Amino acid sequence: MNLARLMFLTLMARPLAAFFTGADVVGRERLPKAGPSIVVANHNSHVDTLLLLTIFPARLMRRLRPVAAADYFLRGPIIGWFSRSVIGIVPVVRGSGDREDGLAPARAALAAGDIVIIFPEGTRGKGVDELGPMKAGVARLAAAFPDAPVTPIWIEGAGRVLPKGAILPAPMNCTVLVGEAIGWCGERARFMETLRGSLEALKKSAPPQRWLSDLEPDPPPTSDAAAASAPPPPPSPHS
Amino acid sequence: MSAATLNLDLFGCTLPPIAWPLVWGLAGVLTVLTLGALAAAILPRLRPARDYANLRQRVNSWWVMVALLSGALLLGWQAMLVLFAAISFMALREFLSLAPARREDRLIILASYLVVPISYGWIAINEYGIYLVFIPVWVFLITPFLMAIGGQTRNYLQRAAGFHWGEVACVYTIGFVVFLMRTPANEPMPAGPAGLVFLLLVTTEANDVAQYCWGKLVGRHKIMPTVSPNKTWEGFLGGWVTTAGLIWLIGPFFAPLAGVNLAIMAVLLPLAGFAGDVTLSAVKRDIGVKDSSHLIPGHGGILDRIDSLTFTAPLYFHLMTFFVLHR
Repeated sequence: MNLARLMFLTLMARPLAAFFTGADVVGRERLPKAGPSIVVANHNSHVDTLLLLTIFPARLMRRLRPVAAADYFLRGPIIGWFSRSVIGIVPVVRGSGDREDGLAPARAALAAGDIVIIFPEGTRGKGVDELGPMKAGVARLAAAFPDAPVTPIWIEGAGRVLPKGAILPAPMNCTVLVGEAIGWCGERARFMETLRGSLEALKKSAPPQRWLSDLEPDPPPTSDAAAASAPPPPPSPHS
Repeated sequence: MSAATLNLDLFGCTLPPIAWPLVWGLAGVLTVLTLGALAAAILPRLRPARDYANLRQRVNSWWVMVALLSGALLLGWQAMLVLFAAISFMALREFLSLAPARREDRLIILASYLVVPISYGWIAINEYGIYLVFIPVWVFLITPFLMAIGGQTRNYLQRAAGFHWGEVACVYTIGFVVFLMRTPANEPMPAGPAGLVFLLLVTTEANDVAQYCWGKLVGRHKIMPTVSPNKTWEGFLGGWVTTAGLIWLIGPFFAPLAGVNLAIMAVLLPLAGFAGDVTLSAVKRDIGVKDSSHLIPGHGGILDRIDSLTFTAPLYFHLMTFFVLHR
């Protein structure tokens, strides 16, 4: 099965990623070179997973395990088989809160020396290229494996190739920015803060492969409305 | 084997006959590239203090680009068409990903890629007249109309300009390279249609390299500091003279150029190359990026590599046509 996965990733997924996104990587040398290791990225599209699975060298591909929601990725026998065997997901139960068993499969993968890929936003964002609130599961994992480096990755533009809900992917360049790995600092809140800071810094250095509407917020509605209504409305009898 | 051409059999398939100047020309390119590779290998030993990683990357990427381009040149116009359609697609993808666009434009971006096969399709069926007007008139008119149907009018002109810029710079101008390959065989050409393309590509890229080298060696006075801070007068003038000399020397072997025509080409082509370079630089500066992507190690994106060609290809094509019509 590992061979089938490797063939799929190198012969299908890689060319697909190259065609639809250009698969640009900045800081490739900062990618982890072995497991156990944790990779943390922002999440806007299924394209994120496609990119993260294909930017690693072939010899590390069998180690890559994206953490994914069991309710979504195991929702049918065929999708379930594909998610487990080809994408290689670590299924976690969403909403398991602080109960430790929810992340048990991810801890098992790390114990086996795998590279666990986590999207701490928990779900694909609204495609606005903003980092949403992050769940603390990643901190619990890092605490459980304090020697595993945590590599922050910002993916710019994937939400435009295939936004949530879209069927047709549109080829648009994306950039994967790999940051310096951070270690476990001993405290959850501080760890999450460092992680967020690191992701925000990567985002800032990304090329503007995002929609204009995200770059420039709409002007206050009053000025727009004033400009649109050239002739002043007739005074209403009530005023 | 006839005296005028080199005929090769490859796995039982006969390649199009290759004119001898082209054989020597390609050999010359490989020689220059080998010298570049030697320089990239020796310079770090002579001056260990400086970092030559970029030079090495640049040369390595040149091997790949030269292999692809010479392979396509030798295989004929169909191979050139496929290669340049792929180049146009990647350049357009880079451009549309950075150009100002709003969420509502996503489907129009998807549709915009259709322009690549259609535009190159006119070249495939040799419809020069339709090719000339397809992007500058019809795509120019239809895209903003589709945007109007989409209903979002904020930044409308800016976005429409982005689409048009992308289609013209990445698809229309580059297509002239392939149209040269379709020059009728009864025109006088010393090295066939492939010779015409070879001269255009070699002199355009030589101009880039010469500007870069002159600038690195003696560049002091900035020429367009707000657009391209690394460009200097020395690089521009050195590149101009070097490339003009190169065209004057090798031009007659590859294209029906002599006398005044040759001189006009030698003077204008390097200028067009410089203009393309700085114009695309201005676009990138407006967007806020230095390189259009990281596709070609050491060079940047496809768009960074073909920026000069977007100006030299139409100039070369139209000068050649003008010379033929007015001889």
